[in-house]
Amino acid sequence: MKQYKFLEHTADAKFVAYGKNIGEAFSNAALALTSILFDPPKVKPKIKKEIKVEGKDEKALLYNFLEEILFLLDAKHFLLHKVEKISIKGNKLTAFVSGDSAQNYKTSGDIKAVTYNDMEIKKIKEKVSVQVVVDL
Amino acid sequence: MEIKKISDNIWQIQKHGTMKVPAMIIASEKILEGIKQDKTIEQIQNVASLKGILKHAIALPDSHQGYGFNIGGVAAFDMEKGIISPGGVGYDINCSVRLLRTNLKIADFLKKRKEIIEQIYKEVPSGVGSKGQLRVTKEMLHEVLKHGAKWAVKEGYGIKEDYERTEENGCMPEADANTVSQKALERGKPQLGSLGAGNHFLEFQKIEAIYDEKTAKAFGIENSEYLTFMVHCGSRGLGHQVASDYIKLMEDKYGFADLPDRELINAPINSELGQKYYKAMSCAANFAFANKQMITHWIREGFNKVFGDVKIDVVYDLCHNIAKFEEHTIDGEKMKVCVHRKGAARSFGPGRKEIPEIYRSVGQPVIIPGSMGTSSYLLVGTKKAEELTFGSTAHGAGRISSRSAALRNISGEHVRNELSKRGIEVKAGSWKSIAEEAPEVYKDIDEVIRVSDEVGIGKKVIKFVPLGVIKG
Repeated sequence: MKQYKFLEHTADAKFVAYGKNIGEAFSNAALALTSILFDPPKVKPKIKKEIKVEGKDEKALLYNFLEEILFLLDAKHFLLHKVEKISIKGNKLTAFVSGDSAQNYKTSGDIKAVTYNDMEIKKIKEKVSVQVVVDL
Repeated sequence: MEIKKISDNIWQIQKHGTMKVPAMIIASEKILEGIKQDKTIEQIQNVASLKGILKHAIALPDSHQGYGFNIGGVAAFDMEKGIISPGGVGYDINCSVRLLRTNLKIADFLKKRKEIIEQIYKEVPSGVGSKGQLRVTKEMLHEVLKHGAKWAVKEGYGIKEDYERTEENGCMPEADANTVSQKALERGKPQLGSLGAGNHFLEFQKIEAIYDEKTAKAFGIENSEYLTFMVHCGSRGLGHQVASDYIKLMEDKYGFADLPDRELINAPINSELGQKYYKAMSCAANFAFANKQMITHWIREGFNKVFGDVKIDVVYDLCHNIAKFEEHTIDGEKMKVCVHRKGAARSFGPGRKEIPEIYRSVGQPVIIPGSMGTSSYLLVGTKKAEELTFGSTAHGAGRISSRSAALRNISGEHVRNELSKRGIEVKAGSWKSIAEEAPEVYKDIDEVIRVSDEVGIGKKVIKFVPLGVIKG
């Protein structure tokens, strides 16, 4: 299964991420977000971090999770390699992520914010897909 | 729904449905065809249905689809009955541009062009998540948010004339650091004093044409032999987080069930949350002002190292994403309103007190950066703009192609080589940076400026062409 793909959007970045379940789809969304700046598989898993967010519904959880990834990038120079583990229970999301310092890589571009614009979470049979637009 | 032609370059969508006022589009026929390709038309109709909106929702010649509100748009609201909306300002609060002039001859600059570009690339941090050069404490950050460019000059970055020639004198006075979240502060701390990436850049230019010599002279530019340059950047992660935070707070407090689009989320201007947003937005604006002031200082240092004594002065520095409380005349009545300019430049005519005294008799300088490799312009504001668009004009060219399409179809290396053949040197963090911002992904800036000039909301003074670009 493809992890994610980017769609057309004039000024921003729009992507759809896939997974067998919601956790995997969210994880691939985090990778899609990171890929705007640098290719996640090429980031070394030297640093480990724990992410804990809450959200009143699934969309809010997705938004807050991706916003945290962005926050770690700007505030802690953390560039994501992989979401090692993710667990979503009720309105709480916990994830363990690995990555490296962004300063060790030549990233390009700038992500301003995650938005709710055109956000979709779809569950079809064996697949979950999430669609997100980020402001560039 | 009909788009009616009012006159050359002015179109109107009459009030219908939930619209409280008409929508006005300032564009040539050619530009209008482009505008129809995305959701801009739908968005201005939505904006026109917001509470307390005055006169008309406006789309300028560089309009394109944005978050809720179209980019290249202006919307003004009644102070008592109207709303303030983060989407009407944009995520990059106070994305803004500063024009500087020098007494360095172009011929001399070209002799050491590669060297100065390398030096500036070293002096000014750029690139995503890039660290600034300083150790920033919480107290320092609070001072930056409160005092903006004035803080920077007090700390030794530049001179007071720099901020005297800046919109708001480089400091929006209502800023209150307590309205900015811890998260926003943490995102901003490592980024103070950095250019950022995306569409942020530093561009060295030469003057290709002076259309209005008298006004150019009043703006301090008489000789087209001298180098000029522009710095374009915003409030970085701090501003983006402020926008996100207040969007969330407003959604939680007011909900968006009765909005045609959740991205139009807003608060009444005279509500506690509305006021807090304005204060936080002011903080973010000041962060951007301080940032550009520090970058100005480092550029001066870089020039001194490579060329010795070079005089570098600010011509003007103006906001492209901001909400302002301004006095305007509507139907003969003078009133204070809340003007949202998102991807729009203030364009005040002669006499306005907001304009620095040295320029007040001619009008406000309006700086319009083109996209990488294309022309940029200096315009002058007009009374016509005050009458028609709440004193506003376009801010740039506007994109026509998505970044993903750009990356698929354009090679950064190819762009750099093409620009080099035309005499433009580009220094960037990566090829991808260059491809995403290639000239062909933007609208035609010359056409945008022609419309602004013809309609009279911003008159041409000078046209610049690039000699060198530094991007993150």
